[in-house]
Amino acid sequence: MADKTFQLKFDRNLCESCATYDCLTRCQYMEIDVETAGKEIRKLINGEDSSVLHNCVTCYACEEYCKKGNHPFYLITDLQEKKGILPAPKPIVKQWVNLAIPTKKDIPHFYGAQEPVISLCLFPEYVKTIQGKLFEGVSIVLGRHFFCQLVYLHFGKPSLIRERLPKIIENIANHGFKEVIFFHDECYSTFTSYANAYGIDVPFRPVHFFEYLYNRLKELKGEIRPLNLKIAYQRNCSTRLTPEKEHYLDKIFDLIGVERVERKYDRENALCCGGIIRSLQKYDLFVDVQRRNVEDMVKAKAEYCVFNCPACYSSLAERVTKAGIKPIMLHELCKLALAGRENYEG
Amino acid sequence: MKDEIYKALVEIVGEEFVSNRKEELYIYSRDSGLSDPSFPDFVVMPKTVEEVQKIVQLANREKIPLVPAGASLTLSGLTIPQRGGIVLDMRRMDRILELNRRGRYIVIEAGVTQGKLQSFLEENCPDLCHSLPEAPPSATVVGNLLIHGQGNLTQPYGFNSSMVTGLEVVLPTGQICRIGSCSLSPYWFSIEPLPYLAGLFLGWFGTTGIVTKLGLKLFPKKKLRDVELFVLEDPNLLVEAIYRITHTEMAEDVTTIAQPYPLMFRGTIMIGIYITGDTEEELEFKRKIIWESLGEIIKAKEGGFMALMPEMKKGLLEKPMSSLTRTADILKGGGFVYCGAIIPIEKFPDALRKLVEIAERNGITYAHSGRVIGRGHCMMFAFAFPFNRGDPESMKKAKKALHESYAATLEIGGVPWKPGAEEQKMILEKMDRGTVELIGKIKALLDPNGIMNPGNWEVRL
Repeated sequence: MADKTFQLKFDRNLCESCATYDCLTRCQYMEIDVETAGKEIRKLINGEDSSVLHNCVTCYACEEYCKKGNHPFYLITDLQEKKGILPAPKPIVKQWVNLAIPTKKDIPHFYGAQEPVISLCLFPEYVKTIQGKLFEGVSIVLGRHFFCQLVYLHFGKPSLIRERLPKIIENIANHGFKEVIFFHDECYSTFTSYANAYGIDVPFRPVHFFEYLYNRLKELKGEIRPLNLKIAYQRNCSTRLTPEKEHYLDKIFDLIGVERVERKYDRENALCCGGIIRSLQKYDLFVDVQRRNVEDMVKAKAEYCVFNCPACYSSLAERVTKAGIKPIMLHELCKLALAGRENYEG
Repeated sequence: MKDEIYKALVEIVGEEFVSNRKEELYIYSRDSGLSDPSFPDFVVMPKTVEEVQKIVQLANREKIPLVPAGASLTLSGLTIPQRGGIVLDMRRMDRILELNRRGRYIVIEAGVTQGKLQSFLEENCPDLCHSLPEAPPSATVVGNLLIHGQGNLTQPYGFNSSMVTGLEVVLPTGQICRIGSCSLSPYWFSIEPLPYLAGLFLGWFGTTGIVTKLGLKLFPKKKLRDVELFVLEDPNLLVEAIYRITHTEMAEDVTTIAQPYPLMFRGTIMIGIYITGDTEEELEFKRKIIWESLGEIIKAKEGGFMALMPEMKKGLLEKPMSSLTRTADILKGGGFVYCGAIIPIEKFPDALRKLVEIAERNGITYAHSGRVIGRGHCMMFAFAFPFNRGDPESMKKAKKALHESYAATLEIGGVPWKPGAEEQKMILEKMDRGTVELIGKIKALLDPNGIMNPGNWEVRL
């Protein structure tokens, strides 16, 4: 029912006239030359089976590689579902589907939350980190009724997003929020890129966490103590859907005095944290991707690895720690700059 | 008469360690499960085997029921004195007597707790460990062995009771005897190759004697430990998956979980696979072998490894797992009972189906956890039910569900583990008549006056 209502805004002419097929040729996990890419793209736009549907690791990067904004990744996931191609084993998919079933009632606790309000998605363990000067006067909301559902792009179940998302949007709107700051990049990208691609109305302004941090840090500029650290940044998958806000990140790093090290696997060439690759049961690839990524950080002499996604942190933190690099969430790094390294207790 | 017994007990252990005060007897009249309470007349805490011997002689002479107890944490009422008498609280006998590091065994007294032994080993020989059950640290090691408990080393080495290397026992008549190599040598290294007398005391719930000292096997403790959760939907595939995992001989511990809460887990079954290694390489080697062993199931998309969030992994790696108390308290009110069914692993699908049916029939929720015993020779399948102690209806439902679980265990061909007195009757009713008679004859021979934990393994010859 949802699929009939919300159709992907996809222009096949844009693909047919494409000369480079960057969406596939730049893929870091499938070896595809231009000629093969052309053939596979034609299969995809005709709704036919393609090796891409079976080998995609769902890193989202092709959304960014396509400079025409034609949503190749959304097309891939829709086709995976249509053809019953599950990227992950059925029980894993089932657990994820169960994870975020919106319960019957919203959590009344959050009524009364006032703007500025940060949605913590389904990460209650981060509540205690949203405190201090950086978050003065900020309310928190979280839970199933704020969960964006975008994760189902990884599991061949995109229709579930479109089925559940309108209710989630309605719930958030019922709180009367004009703006919601999204802690998790994935939520922000859902309410911007994904909703827009499928014509789903969002009656509030999604604000990216980066934007909030940058603006708040500017207000507190006089209190910042430059960290003078070399950091490696770990992009998460959904940042590929909304690269337009990435500029905030460099501005934040400038404000807090850290150097984002130049390395091979950064920016558009970033590697997946490996978490989803493991969930898709591609163990050898998971090990290889994490190894290359961390070696790259070490080679670039990064002292910290900065994350903006809790799931990436979970997946990669242990490995970077073993390599002698300290893992840290972006907002904790910002708090570190405000508190001074000697006073930081994060 | 009671006054005289009290005085005699004071004479043996001193006034400080005997009680007939109602408020102290109350503690020994019940456990954390759903068994009906029953008060003892006295509780006594001996310090030495000689004191135990004198208490036993007194009880035998006066024909007073005698119930040996550790921390009384079986949940099935095994240390509740059904016919009054003396509860013998062994927890003052808590000395660690000998650690033989090269021989990998330790000799302890009956009151040594899991927490004490775990701490002792961590401090004194961090490269050795014992098989630690999912019990509170206050549980006694000997108590766990005497009820055929299981622990984190049960998958490679079998029931914890098979790790006994020697026993010192006070018989119901007061005679002290030693079993195993310690009966003829200063070393407590092995029960075998002598006649297997340990079998007269393990699994008898204190009805044949009181174990005062015990030799226990220790095992290599690796520096690193990790866990993977393999998720399935089809319980039949779990049987195959466990066969493959145990075939690799790479896992330290293999557990099972199936529960409807949190919602994420509903409709799935998880196998916890614990791996250990002294180096990252060893750990990764084992992990890879285990992943590969399940390759066909993964390829068929019928099962896969779950991504574990750090908090969840931390909880799973904790020894013992305190997160189990949160599961137990899911209904609030802190009640939790289970029937631990020892079953062939091939019966897992039947057991799980029965568990869900029983829970639905009684209108309650459930949680299953299990542990593979030996290299897949059998498993402990827990039919577990949380309940609210503040709600009599909730308790009634859990008790009924528990009783039905024992019946289901027998029906599918399993054997209930640490059954309470009522459930022992169910077992004896189904048991081969020759075996029942043998149990009766052994009890009559060792305990002619029937003083030892009466009501348990009771057979009329």
